[in-house]
Amino acid sequence: MMDERSIFSGGKTAAADELEPERYEFRARAVHHFDLQRRDFFKLLGAGVLVACAIKPVAARQEAGGRPSGGVGFSEPPLPQEISAWLHVGENGGVTVYTGKVEIGQNIRTSLAQAVAEELRYPIAKVELVMGDTQLTPYDMGTFGSRTTPTMNLQLRKVAAAARHQIVALAAMKWNVDSQKLKAVSGRVELTGTKRSITYTELLAGQQLTAVIPADDPLIPPAQWTVEGKSIAKVDGRDFVTGKHRYPSDQNLPGMLHGKILRPPSFGATLASVNAASFDLADNVTFVHDGDFAGVAAATPEAATRALNALQAKWNEQPQISNNGLFDYLKSNPIEATGFEGASKYEIGMVDKDLAAADHQLRQTYTVSYIQHAPLEPRAAVAQWSGNMLTVWTGTQRPFAVRTELAQAMHVPEEQVRVQMPDMGSGYGGKHTGECAVEAARLARAANAPVKVVWTREEEFTWAYFRPAGAIDVAGGIQKDGTLTAWEFTNYNSGAAGIRTYYEAPSQRILFQPTRYPLRQGSYRALAATANHFARESFMDELAHAAKMDPLEFRLKNLKDERLRAVFQAAAEKFGWKRQAPAPGHGFGIGGGFEKGGNVATCVEVAVDRESGFVKIMRVVTAFECGAIVNPDNLKNQIIGGNIMGLGGALFEKIEFANGRVLNAKFSKYRVPRFSDVPPIEVVLLDRRDIAPAGAGETPLVGLAPAIGNAIFQATGKRLRSLPMIPNGLNRA
Amino acid sequence: MANIIKLRVNGAVHPVNADPQNSLLSVLRDQLDLTGTKYGCGEAQCGACTVLIDGHPRRSCITPVGAAVGRQITTIEGLEQNGKLNPVQEAFLEEQAMQCGYCTSGMIMAAVAFLKTNPNPTDEEIAHGMEGNICRCGTYPRIVAAVQRAAQKGAQS
Repeated sequence: MMDERSIFSGGKTAAADELEPERYEFRARAVHHFDLQRRDFFKLLGAGVLVACAIKPVAARQEAGGRPSGGVGFSEPPLPQEISAWLHVGENGGVTVYTGKVEIGQNIRTSLAQAVAEELRYPIAKVELVMGDTQLTPYDMGTFGSRTTPTMNLQLRKVAAAARHQIVALAAMKWNVDSQKLKAVSGRVELTGTKRSITYTELLAGQQLTAVIPADDPLIPPAQWTVEGKSIAKVDGRDFVTGKHRYPSDQNLPGMLHGKILRPPSFGATLASVNAASFDLADNVTFVHDGDFAGVAAATPEAATRALNALQAKWNEQPQISNNGLFDYLKSNPIEATGFEGASKYEIGMVDKDLAAADHQLRQTYTVSYIQHAPLEPRAAVAQWSGNMLTVWTGTQRPFAVRTELAQAMHVPEEQVRVQMPDMGSGYGGKHTGECAVEAARLARAANAPVKVVWTREEEFTWAYFRPAGAIDVAGGIQKDGTLTAWEFTNYNSGAAGIRTYYEAPSQRILFQPTRYPLRQGSYRALAATANHFARESFMDELAHAAKMDPLEFRLKNLKDERLRAVFQAAAEKFGWKRQAPAPGHGFGIGGGFEKGGNVATCVEVAVDRESGFVKIMRVVTAFECGAIVNPDNLKNQIIGGNIMGLGGALFEKIEFANGRVLNAKFSKYRVPRFSDVPPIEVVLLDRRDIAPAGAGETPLVGLAPAIGNAIFQATGKRLRSLPMIPNGLNRA
Repeated sequence: MANIIKLRVNGAVHPVNADPQNSLLSVLRDQLDLTGTKYGCGEAQCGACTVLIDGHPRRSCITPVGAAVGRQITTIEGLEQNGKLNPVQEAFLEEQAMQCGYCTSGMIMAAVAFLKTNPNPTDEEIAHGMEGNICRCGTYPRIVAAVQRAAQKGAQS
């Protein structure tokens, strides 16, 4: 048995959990936190076997098949990481899994339980996950970048396999037989060729075993899966249809107060003075003024709102740029820096020469607006101090980073801060930060009572962050026969995810140029992959028309990657791309690509009313392949949901802002997709059991916007190069 | 200012200390700890706060609690009867019509009310009837399927 200290006191095994090289994914400090000691653990959970996942560095690139994963010419520094997850099989039959990943609607509480049930050979109903609790779970950088399935699913499979080996070894010892003759089946160990069997719980009675997984532990190959690969229903689904599940905003504590924060009138405004003289004394208000922060807490939300409204504040504001002129601003304000903060570039061949020599040469600019995640549950936190110990329940994709934020803001060591993340009302990349947690903690310390802060919708729309706006210049050259010879692609500000082209072009110059920007911007579901695919796949359509070729044929002519070809062909086949022509006033469009280990292709049919300009999406077909499928039904749910969310950004979602103010910070002014916006959506799943599974929360949505734009072009001859494409209908676009 | 109001919620009478102008949503969540009803927008645009008042769907975020006095209020917590889920709840589970689930309470309450007015709807009628409820995760097609499935259950029972 291995030295337990190597597991529990911070062994030096490091692992490079390579991120999508995307700078707008907020990055965490690489610090390992591991608080519970072995003896505490068994005290907490009882006897059994405890397995920790201490993986050696793995080349994440291998998972991506060695293909470009989006970024240009840079990669993240390796992150030391000793233990990513652990698992306990108790003598009482319960299995508890500890992971710092969090559940935000992507359904990993279920898919990770499947991984454990599969490798442990154990009923899934008895597998419980403890997630995103900084005191109980190993450090995790965060839940983003579609990394849970390629990393944590794999790690938990290894952990569970190691636990199973331990249990089988116990049986071998007990019966004095070769473990090769033993087989684990549904929580029992059987001696093959006999009727002899024993349950895990019988074997584990009184045992306190620990292990670290060997890196090369053989796993059950996907072709032999019996639990993974199945459409297992959401493990705690009943709690969601009964209202029993408690989201972060549903946490209530005895004696808890409600907090409200004084917001500046515009971005960047500083607080000159604030007067709290006119509070209603009966409301017993706690008031905090600390630098630019001013907030109140009272027994009810109404009393806190009254107190907030009674504050008289003076602010110093600064003039700021508006929607109008945004893209010119971005293109004329590059950040001239080197390294991670500056531009990144990929270049092969002789782009200028090949562009000049091409039979057809084209140049276009595409833009994407700022949009918002608008998770239905806004930011929420409950903070409670007990002496110098702070506990915060909050909705975040990065509980450990929020712990750091809290420790820094409140000037306490991280060891005195515990962040817990109840499964939340989604995030879509929008909840990487801990503002709300810090606000609640600050008020709670002043009030000497627990304080809950729940952002209003207007606060969420204004003071969260946005998906970066961007402008993208593309130039391309083709020969008469449609062979792509030169490709130039420059993205200003929106990001590097999915920027590399998967089409063959001997000469390429691809540049991501960071710029100064007016709004707080950050991560978003699929992030810049949406913008980069919109520009690339729209431009490919424009090139196809220049070459007078069918857009699908043109793509396939310039595409070698077999996985991507397969999804294009599967989507086109299901859609009937070649079998039929669009009716008058209708158009077909196609778009697709590769990102974060997933391959997607989407076909769309639109109908355009020439009088009114009204565009109706008639139907959508999306083909998707991300390796071996862990849960087909959930994968479909993600693909259809991704398409519907993508519909909003494609057609009408846009943050309007002027002079540091968001002008449409309400659902009545910011249109998100609703029931009547949703066309019939068909999904084709390609299950590649020979390829390790990748995540699927993001990539399915990137083909939709260009497919819609290309279909509108076919129907009308009108090329739409800005997202959103038809915020006010086609005629006013 | 605040006074004692008697509210009938899910069949039981609860005295609450609230200004009649306070929102029903706030009273349900903060005083009665019935947190299944959600805040989403505060302007009756998203439907996450939907409850039934005398069987009619109402946006509790803009309903003054005073207006609910003397009426039957049903929240998501009141649908399950003696451990048996309402057919709409069952149908949502059977169709796996959720992702993050934050809209689910409001969707189910809206669907329960909708099916009372239209027990045999077409998919288009469901979409139209539920238009005021937002699911940001985009599970709309499954929600339509769940409401349709619940309608079929109703027809059979």
